[in-house]
Amino acid sequence: MTETLVRASNVRKSYGHVEVLKGVSLTVKPGEVMCLLGPSGSGKSTFLRCINHLERINGGRIEVGGELVGYARRHGKIFEMNPREVSRQRRGIGMVFQRFNLFPHMTAVENIMAAPVGVKKMERAAAKARAHELLERVGLSHVAGHYPAQLSGGQQQRVAIARALAMDPELLLFDEPTSALDPELVGDVLDVMRRLAADGMTMIVVTHEIGFARSVADTVVFMDGGVVVEAGSPAEVLDNPQNPRTVAFLNSVM
Amino acid sequence: MSSAVPATTAATAAARQEGAVAAEAEDDVVAIPLRHPWRWVVAAVLVLALAGLLASLWTNPNIEHSTIATYLFNPKIINGVGLSLLVTVIAMLVSTVLGVLLAVMRLSKNPVMNAFAWLYVWVFRGTPLLIQIVFWGYLGLLYSQISLGVPFTDFTIFSVDTNTLVPAFVAGLLALTLNQAAYSAEIIRSGMLSVDPGQHEAAASLGMSPSYTLFKVVLPQAMRVIIPPMGNETISMLKQTSLLSVIAVLELYTVATQISSQNLRQVELLLVVSAWYLFLTSVLSVPQYYLERHYGRGTAAQAPTLLGRILQNRITQNRITPRSKR
Ligand SMILES: Nc1ncnc2c1ncn2[C@@H]1O[C@H](COP(=O)(O)OP(=O)(O)OP(=O)(O)O)[C@@H](O)[C@H]1O
Ligand SMILES: [Mg+2]
Repeated sequence: MTETLVRASNVRKSYGHVEVLKGVSLTVKPGEVMCLLGPSGSGKSTFLRCINHLERINGGRIEVGGELVGYARRHGKIFEMNPREVSRQRRGIGMVFQRFNLFPHMTAVENIMAAPVGVKKMERAAAKARAHELLERVGLSHVAGHYPAQLSGGQQQRVAIARALAMDPELLLFDEPTSALDPELVGDVLDVMRRLAADGMTMIVVTHEIGFARSVADTVVFMDGGVVVEAGSPAEVLDNPQNPRTVAFLNSVM
Repeated sequence: MSSAVPATTAATAAARQEGAVAAEAEDDVVAIPLRHPWRWVVAAVLVLALAGLLASLWTNPNIEHSTIATYLFNPKIINGVGLSLLVTVIAMLVSTVLGVLLAVMRLSKNPVMNAFAWLYVWVFRGTPLLIQIVFWGYLGLLYSQISLGVPFTDFTIFSVDTNTLVPAFVAGLLALTLNQAAYSAEIIRSGMLSVDPGQHEAAASLGMSPSYTLFKVVLPQAMRVIIPPMGNETISMLKQTSLLSVIAVLELYTVATQISSQNLRQVELLLVVSAWYLFLTSVLSVPQYYLERHYGRGTAAQAPTLLGRILQNRITQNRITPRSKR
């Protein structure tokens, strides 16, 4: 059980008649950092969203921490989870979005406190103290009282990371966290992620930052057309790709 | 009236412009602000027309001004004002709650709830309010007894006389509330749809339950879109309370017609009533301003206070003066 945190087997997902994921299998160990690469439309976001059940899969299975995602085993049968059970399961899986998705009507610190107070029923004072701690960790103590609209993209994304961390997730999902940022702001966000990786956080990161993947990832997975084309260490996949599609993709982005 | 406002701001802008000249560097463009002579002409024409109208009312021998003065604060009229306001406030509050419920049902994936909400809006929005009011008022003719029991059996838990349970006031309140809920539901639904789907995803990814997401994430953001039309609805509601005269609820208009049917001073009492409606609609737009400010927090266009709004206006004024045209 503790050997793998995430186990996806033969995951399939269709939108209407279009099959977007055609049997994706991979495993992530606790503390591992996995970078997902692939051309646009290859199904990276879709796969990430299946892991925390934002999308319902049509086939295969995903387990996080030994629990089936979105389904419960009872008396040897498998039942679809009700919304409350799904919510409980998602608490252990944080997600960071390309477009930040901070709550615009709450200040930075309120954004971070919202879920601990509302979901975990943590006391406000404790949640607030924790939120300030997390803001300091992402280097943003000075903007605690600012609304998202008053923050730069890079600052918003770091608040979003702090917000995800506030639920103490065992797994963090990142969907192109730096793609919506001005180039000079990318570094700050990647630095925060680098530190999380060093602290032993398990992360699955969809990214086009090959440099980040090379220096931080334990595993690099290349997806194309809804399947995993190639997976391995950064040295294997990035520096010595075997599949011609991987080679073509890497040539186009580097 | 309204054309006087830009005129004053233009004047202050001009004054500031002069004050700023001294501090300007050589390369600044120093220009005379654009003049708006037609605004003055139109304003003058409107003021004249309005004055003429008021004068004709004032000097009209068919209008007894003392009657207006006597009845403006007549206790019966004041009671009517109170009742109209009470009906408006209760109907708006309850219908908003119902509207949220209907909007959520309409947006839910549950086909039963969805169909119910659709049917509700279809019926209550599709029939005239006047007919709905009369219907609730005459409920006693349709069902003389209202009883709770198991349908199609003789088993009843309780049974009361309809006219006891639903007096005219309650019937009127019910009619306005149920009708308004249909309109509010559509306003609230469109407000909820205006919230970025990414907000639902962010809330879900944090493990927030659907109801927590609704009340803490979606509705507070939807409010910005919901409040201005709901302000309109509140003002319509106040005026619609006058329709309750058809079932003899003693609101402002009913009281006024009762009085005028005795003293035959219809026009005077209509003027009294209109003055009160104007006053009440003005009062009712105050909370709207504060609600808009509250739910506008976190957005760039937000003005912190009335004073802040004026100051902000001055800052923008500053920015658009020709100075910035380099
Ligand atoms: N809600 C949806 N309905 C229908 N089709 C969808 C939906 N979401 C994604 N798709 C389709 O699924 C495919 C995979 O999309 P996905 O967003 O997972 O790609 P991606 O690898 O993340 O691409 P990108 O790098 O552009 O983000 C695309 O062809 C997309 O058009
Ligand atoms: Mg994507």
